[in-house]
Amino acid sequence: MNWQWFHRLGSPRWFYEKTGRWLPWLATLTAVLMSVGLIWGLAFAPVDFKQGNSFRIIYIHVPVSFLALAGYYIMAISGAVGYIWKMKLADMVMKSAAPIGAALTFLALVSGAIWGKPTWGTYWVWDARITSMLVLFFLYLGIMALQVSFTNQQQAASASTILALVGCANIPIIYKSVDIWNTLHQPATIKFTSAPSMHPDMFYPLLVMIVAMYCFYALVLILFTRAEIVNRERQTRWVQALNEGQ
Amino acid sequence: MSVGLAQAMGLQFTQDWKLAVRSRSDWANPMIFFVLVITLLPLGIGPEVKQLAAIAPGMIWIVALLATLLSLDAMFRSDWDDGSLEQMLISPHPLPMLVLSKIAVHWLVTGLPLTLLSPLLGLMLSLPEAGYLPLIVSLFIGSACLSFIGAIGAALTVALRQGGLLISLIIMPFYVPVLIFGASAAMRAVQGFEYHGLLVMLGGFLALAVAGAPFAVAAALRISSEG
Amino acid sequence: MLALKDLSCERDNRLLFEGLSVTFGAGDIWHIDGPNGVGKTSLLRQITGVSRYHGGELRWRGRDVAECRYEFAQSLVYIGHTPGIKKALSARENLHHYCPAADTSALEGALAELGLYGFEDVPCFRLSAGQLRRVALARLALASEPFWVLDEPFTALDVHAIAALEQRLSAHAARGGCVVLTSHQPVNLPVQRLALGDYSVVPA
Repeated sequence: MNWQWFHRLGSPRWFYEKTGRWLPWLATLTAVLMSVGLIWGLAFAPVDFKQGNSFRIIYIHVPVSFLALAGYYIMAISGAVGYIWKMKLADMVMKSAAPIGAALTFLALVSGAIWGKPTWGTYWVWDARITSMLVLFFLYLGIMALQVSFTNQQQAASASTILALVGCANIPIIYKSVDIWNTLHQPATIKFTSAPSMHPDMFYPLLVMIVAMYCFYALVLILFTRAEIVNRERQTRWVQALNEGQ
Repeated sequence: MSVGLAQAMGLQFTQDWKLAVRSRSDWANPMIFFVLVITLLPLGIGPEVKQLAAIAPGMIWIVALLATLLSLDAMFRSDWDDGSLEQMLISPHPLPMLVLSKIAVHWLVTGLPLTLLSPLLGLMLSLPEAGYLPLIVSLFIGSACLSFIGAIGAALTVALRQGGLLISLIIMPFYVPVLIFGASAAMRAVQGFEYHGLLVMLGGFLALAVAGAPFAVAAALRISSEG
Repeated sequence: MLALKDLSCERDNRLLFEGLSVTFGAGDIWHIDGPNGVGKTSLLRQITGVSRYHGGELRWRGRDVAECRYEFAQSLVYIGHTPGIKKALSARENLHHYCPAADTSALEGALAELGLYGFEDVPCFRLSAGQLRRVALARLALASEPFWVLDEPFTALDVHAIAALEQRLSAHAARGGCVVLTSHQPVNLPVQRLALGDYSVVPA
């Protein structure tokens, strides 16, 4: 098997130049998908007969929550690649993924709270999903705190990778535990309106928004990683040439 | 000097045990902390028996968790400072096994004393009679989980000077399942429900932690000593 | 015994040394020399396996060290700058931890050789810096491992202890062992010098 592509992928410079060409396309795609999804969801999808128009926040809340969780795994996997194959680019991707994931988790919490006000009459309820999301937020903060504590980049990357991998093993356990905790304490009358019974006209725009959010995530991750590359490789000739060219 | 794995683990265990017994603060301070915080509790929320009894299992569990967190930083700190850690790293024996000995000692001098102390604290918080046995059993198993999981945090931060608070930050989310099952077991027993399933789950967590944590700790210790 | 091939060390994006190739053979005593901050301790940490990130190769008796860690670790004594002595334990207990096979008289003999007679059961926090170093070095009298790596072993030692240690090292080399050490003081032994910083190998 030809492994050259793999090693080339490990070169920050190659990544920087390649993604520079992809970026406009990806940005356009994201913008189109997101506008279609939002306009469709906010203006054309039918009104929920129980919740009225307030349900429309799911077009933000659900995709963001998706990516908040997926982002943790993306972060852990890229960290593992960097740790096992000593690939600096993967370490940089991991470092970039942490704040993005934390921001998405925060957004999911905030949008959930805003949704909670008209639905439950209060901003905060100790619902299983919200509690899990909060724990996920702390997991991200832990990774970021560990990351910045090391002065040595190699150590920072490896240490936070170990933590992220332990997190990967634990997230299903944490989620399940919080679920059980919720049933043990038999939460009050409140119940989440669940997605499965969703009308297709409501569901398709949501699907578009989820795909749009994945594109958005990829876009932001690439941008963050590019910034990290330029920052770390600022001593090298090619980055300095980049500066002079502009 | 050729030594078998079992003997190497035994030597590590004996050395840590001697050190822990001789430095009184290692095992005494978490216990004092435990009792002190529980003493503050009625002062903060009032001495009403019913109210105290209701929160007793959860409160005892949370304070035990905090006491364990405070003791974690010391787990590898002195080995790091005096070079013993380097000797462990170059030992012919697998590092996860040596780590296992160290964690076992940590539990014996923090988790176990806290467990033994918990009935007294239950008494102070007027915990109903049905709650004592599940509280003790859940702390017995659960505090071992806390030592194992916490060791990962201690190993990741041993090279950093500001270890203490950072350990709490990165490890506390992982304590969530242990806390839920531990505290719920005692809580449900007080309410007259079946609780054995919860203890079995705690046992499962412990099995996972014993199997997995030493490897994560060993990897973390190697990372910490690079650089 | 141990061959370094094209070894390099990078720390915080700064290259400490590179292209270091040298073979530590049986019967050799190597003195690694060089100004502060040149990477002497980093080199020792790479040789011993405390640090495993490095460029180049380490070969133990012809095999890559990564493939024979167990054999290599069994043949190695490393006494670092902080030698792993527990201050709360006595000299005897510390020594026993590293040499569990040695009996009481052997332990006492090893300690006495470095002038620690009568200090066997004193907790180490009562000992001076020089005495602590001697407790660590007492291991060498009991060590059957052939490959010794010592980081600044002569620091804080008095004249008698230095003489005893030098005798111990030359006896080890004469038996076919190998010693790699760093030192800022001149060493009164037939050593081979490896000067870090200019990569020159100066034979004895």
